[in-house]
Amino acid sequence: MHEWALAEAVIVAAHQEAEKQNIKQITKVLVKIGELQQIDLDIFKFALENIKNIYDDLSFDADVIDLEVEPSLLKCKVCGIEWELRDLTRLKEDESEAIHFIPETAHVFMRCPGCGTPDFEIVKGRGVWIQSIEGVL
Amino acid sequence: MDPRLSVIDRRLDKIENIIAVSGGKGGIGKSIVAAASALVLAEKGRMVGLLDLDFCGPCAHIILGTDNLYPEEEKGIVPPKVNGISFMSIISFTDGCPWALRGSEVSNAITELLAITQWGTLDYLFVDMPPGLGDPALDAIRLIKRMKYLLVATPSKVALDVMKKELQVLKELNMKIMGILENMKRKESEPLSGKLEALEVPFLGSLDYDPYLEEAVGNVPELLKTGFAQQLQEAIEKFI
Repeated sequence: MHEWALAEAVIVAAHQEAEKQNIKQITKVLVKIGELQQIDLDIFKFALENIKNIYDDLSFDADVIDLEVEPSLLKCKVCGIEWELRDLTRLKEDESEAIHFIPETAHVFMRCPGCGTPDFEIVKGRGVWIQSIEGVL
Repeated sequence: MDPRLSVIDRRLDKIENIIAVSGGKGGIGKSIVAAASALVLAEKGRMVGLLDLDFCGPCAHIILGTDNLYPEEEKGIVPPKVNGISFMSIISFTDGCPWALRGSEVSNAITELLAITQWGTLDYLFVDMPPGLGDPALDAIRLIKRMKYLLVATPSKVALDVMKKELQVLKELNMKIMGILENMKRKESEPLSGKLEALEVPFLGSLDYDPYLEEAVGNVPELLKTGFAQQLQEAIEKFI
């Protein structure tokens, strides 16, 4: 499962950041999951729990990680129109899968609904991101 | 905070040598040198990978004669094997379609691919670099820290000038330079080695212009029989 690689990245990054900030015990990690990447949250949580068991020097449990899905927002660089992933229903399964792996492939399979250009910006809801870390110093 | 940056070193840590095949200018043969080098070493029994980082003009798959590639999912994605090479290209995700992409999104796509690709153990990973010194080249330098540069130049004054500029930047950034390999040398052309002395970089050899090479593109057994591949093999034995 591809989610495993991103879940591992979250665990390792949170641990490194805690060390940098001298946090002894992490109490909360807020992770934003961009809608565009279409991460399966159950698989992602399962991966987080399993990866946590591999690293025995971590200062937190996987259940302190909160996942929050961020809606996508795409904006055309040419005509300025904005839209969301859910506005488009004509993506094929393999196209969705490609965007799941590499969200920027949206530029291959999507076009601006206003003017038809592939020249648009992924403003929000791209992929996995650590929004904040809280803990005990 | 971008968590992907924390795992890229781990994804590459079982690779002994990471070699960027670059040279600044497009059309000088970076891709065929990268792909053929990987093939030559794989034929010798080495564990070799090839990463096509030219996202807006990928072509290593054409040289290898394959376009139906899909990586396996296993704690990320595992590059498919092509002629004994672990091969990763963005074409696995673009369905053969063109990909018009701005710089910041190229950066994101490179970061994603490096964070999720499980290369495993390799003796050599060749990185087919995009032309120029824009976002993709700078991202590769930033993200793939152990990269050594194999620079390709041709007898063309234009290509040589662009390569020199790239070399200057790489030196400023303290990147390791393996040396310069001359490609598409013609009998009548002035030896490139003489023009490189002032650069203080090893000259790795010359590959003659091979009129039969184009026919062999896409056919690996034929490609490995070309004069180009034989000369490349001789050059590789000296510097790898």
